[in-house]
Amino acid sequence: MDKLMSDLKSQIIAQLNLQDTKPEDIGDDQPLFVEGLGLDSIDALELIVLLQQHYKIKLSNADDGPKVFHSVRTMAEYITAHQAQHA
Amino acid sequence: MPENIYITASCTISENNICKNEQLVFTGSTSNLSEFLVAAYRHFALEYPKFYKMDTLSKLGWLANEVLLQDSFDSTKYSPGDIGIVLSNANASLDTDIKYYDTTKTFASPALFVYTLPNIVIGEISIRHQFKGENAFFIFDRFDAGFIEQYVSNLVNNNILQCCICGWVDVLDDLYDATLFLIEQDKTANSVNFTKENLNGIYQIELSALSR
Repeated sequence: MDKLMSDLKSQIIAQLNLQDTKPEDIGDDQPLFVEGLGLDSIDALELIVLLQQHYKIKLSNADDGPKVFHSVRTMAEYITAHQAQHA
Repeated sequence: MPENIYITASCTISENNICKNEQLVFTGSTSNLSEFLVAAYRHFALEYPKFYKMDTLSKLGWLANEVLLQDSFDSTKYSPGDIGIVLSNANASLDTDIKYYDTTKTFASPALFVYTLPNIVIGEISIRHQFKGENAFFIFDRFDAGFIEQYVSNLVNNNILQCCICGWVDVLDDLYDATLFLIEQDKTANSVNFTKENLNGIYQIELSALSR
């Protein structure tokens, strides 16, 4: 899980062009949107693309978005659960 | 001839250099446009993380506007609806359109898609400074000072705007140039009349100074 979260932080920075942010600046449980990393709705779409591109995961239910993309940890948990289901 | 309308500041970005009021204020050390824009952003100590997410056209226009207004502009003289933006270029958003099209072959990028209109640069400048006045973006083969003079004068003379940022912001691949003018009704020490001759003069002087 730690390796996955570390990878996700680097991928988020690259995908969203957060050039002034380092992976260590992003807390595992820090909210990604609004008061946390300050991401917006376009960034949310980019995170969906990131899941497809890097993990071959299509978010099937849009209502899951806020829960899945709450933090790096919730993203990692979602990816792990998805991979376990499809193993 | 517009009455009591002045060019109170100008900024040109071209050929790896930035000129403010006909004075060179920054020279980049890289020939890569993206790297040059980021280097200039850091040089002027501009703190606005969204800059990194913008497309090249928006970065160019946004940066030119920041340099234009820095130490030249007193926003407290105006209400947000009094300040407008009128821009023009030759290549619309083609630079980003091509980049976006390339992503559609694999994973279409939402972040690029939102920049596939040239007037988004006006939105980025407006969001930064909370400008809410009239705005427009025109496509011409080349900078048309006569049109800009006529269009902006009409807005100011009819009391639609009290202040306007206008000019040219163009990019396609590695070719780029931007010249912005700050148009106000109060004369300042270094202001000149808002005429097409002065617009063209500043545009040519700053471009030629940067290409030396």
